[in-house]
Amino acid sequence: MSAAAVVELQGICTKFAQNFVHRDLNLRVEQGQIMGLLGESGSGKTTLLREMLGLWQPSAGTIRLFGFDLHTDQVVEQRAIHRRLGMLFQHGALFSALSVFDNIAFPLRELKCLDEDWIRRLVLLKLDMVEMTPAHSRLMPAELSGGMVKRVALARALALEPELLLLDEPTAGLDPDRSQNFVELLGSLQQALGLTVIMVTHDLNTIAGLASHVAVLADQRIIACGPKEEVMTVDHPFVTGFFSADRHKLL
Amino acid sequence: MSAIPCLQFELGKVSLAGVWTLAAMQAELPALLPRLTVLQKEPNAVWDLSCVERLDSASAILLWRTWGERWPEQLVLPEALRETLQRVANLAPVAVIPDRRPRSWLEIPGQLLLRGLAEVRGVIALFGQLLLDAIHLFRYPGEIPWKEFAANVYKSGAQALPITAMVGFLIGITISYLSALQLRSFGADLLIVNILGISIVRELGPVLVAVLVAGRSGSAMTAQIGVMRVTEEIDALSTMGISRTVRVILPKIAGLTVAMPLLVLWTSAVAMFGGMLAALLQLDLSLVYFLDNLPRVVPVSNLYIGLAKGVFFGFIIALVACHFGLRVKPNTESLAANTTTSVVSAITMVIVINAVFAVLTRGIGVPKL
Repeated sequence: MSAAAVVELQGICTKFAQNFVHRDLNLRVEQGQIMGLLGESGSGKTTLLREMLGLWQPSAGTIRLFGFDLHTDQVVEQRAIHRRLGMLFQHGALFSALSVFDNIAFPLRELKCLDEDWIRRLVLLKLDMVEMTPAHSRLMPAELSGGMVKRVALARALALEPELLLLDEPTAGLDPDRSQNFVELLGSLQQALGLTVIMVTHDLNTIAGLASHVAVLADQRIIACGPKEEVMTVDHPFVTGFFSADRHKLL
Repeated sequence: MSAIPCLQFELGKVSLAGVWTLAAMQAELPALLPRLTVLQKEPNAVWDLSCVERLDSASAILLWRTWGERWPEQLVLPEALRETLQRVANLAPVAVIPDRRPRSWLEIPGQLLLRGLAEVRGVIALFGQLLLDAIHLFRYPGEIPWKEFAANVYKSGAQALPITAMVGFLIGITISYLSALQLRSFGADLLIVNILGISIVRELGPVLVAVLVAGRSGSAMTAQIGVMRVTEEIDALSTMGISRTVRVILPKIAGLTVAMPLLVLWTSAVAMFGGMLAALLQLDLSLVYFLDNLPRVVPVSNLYIGLAKGVFFGFIIALVACHFGLRVKPNTESLAANTTTSVVSAITMVIVINAVFAVLTRGIGVPKL
């Protein structure tokens, strides 16, 4: 089982109305990689992420997570797969009616086998991991700043210590300083927990600071995928355009 | 390779092995917890973690609790696992944060009263703002939001025509049918015209429409304004120098105030038609006779009272809906609560105003026999 890739997409086709978003797209992410998913606006990066989560079914092709087909009819198996991954949505997607504490405790309580004291310690530990204090745990999502929303959402995504973490624009909307902190935080957590990470981002600094591998989505498919030093040298208008400005930053 | 967490205790030495993660542990937990509780009473045991493959923070907390929140005296711990446990150890023990103090029974009615008064004040303030806006629009007629007004008349009026017609028709049939059964036993068949005329035109038509519209358009208005607040669209409007009351709230209130009497007229007519049909089938009362006698036995002032109620009801429903829409806080719970309160308050207000109307107009439009 350990030989299976964490995420494996084969022959994915996605169609919105008459427009192809993905056409015969293949992608493979191995254990421990930090894969940055690049592409122009509207090239279907977020759609691809949603397909990996099973929120959107592609018109054709198979998606395998940890070697299991995502679209099985087995409810129990599907839930088991979903517990092995965490997702950080672009705008946090915190439950607005629950406090910070309850947001992070929610996936833990869903397991229905942990006692309250255990959950409380775990939540405070996660909050500590994302550099927030117990005092923050009483706040409601509406009372948080943008950066705090991201960090709480990360703590919630990490609550079950997933093996796979999906990030949608993790640093969008943060100032450069905060964004740098967030990248460092993600990096240290990834090392500590041994996560596999797939992230969609536009920010070159995030890629430079975090990603070990890069996949480029253009022309409805993955045109380049590999260690970021290799991908940078690919001769494609999007790649050269994207990297030309700050090529030195990546090195 | 053993995927499940293993625990062995012999000769004062506790050996852990396997994968100690929440996912792997979940199935084993009922068996594991009692064994760990027993080990709590062995403070001098040697803990050997050298065979543990993975240790996540949930298991680290479990071990830390078992150890009585301190490092055991004798511990064999691989470097790779030390960091996870160290992080748990570094976490300052935090006392349970107490909930807000329990409220005494005396506070609850008081708070309800204060909250109710605050709502009334809010509605009055909104009404005052609307008056100021109306004066402003009177001076600058070019700013009147005609398009939004027309859209609201269409949405809350024209689109409500089918549902109000259907409900009105069925209620008309029901009332007529039940009254006909009673009247026939007295031989007073012809009075069905009086009963239907007064009850539908004066009472049932307006109240029925008001309840339907409060559920249909009132909730929609509260939800729309509420979501606009959640997504900061209201703030975006203000930023462009556009008054939220003039552009969002005034057209809704004016639109419903205009649409309601028309809906009342429409629903009363359809309900009357349903009543006429039932009378024809049940009492053999011809439609021509019914229509000939209706204006004679039901004074036209009843119709005016019904339409006036429609105007008032429409205004109140929209005002209450907009007030609660503006009170939505940026979370889903508040949106749900305010939409509910909006519809409930609007219907209650309609019933109260209807009672006031009934008392004030008791001498008008009732035929003297």
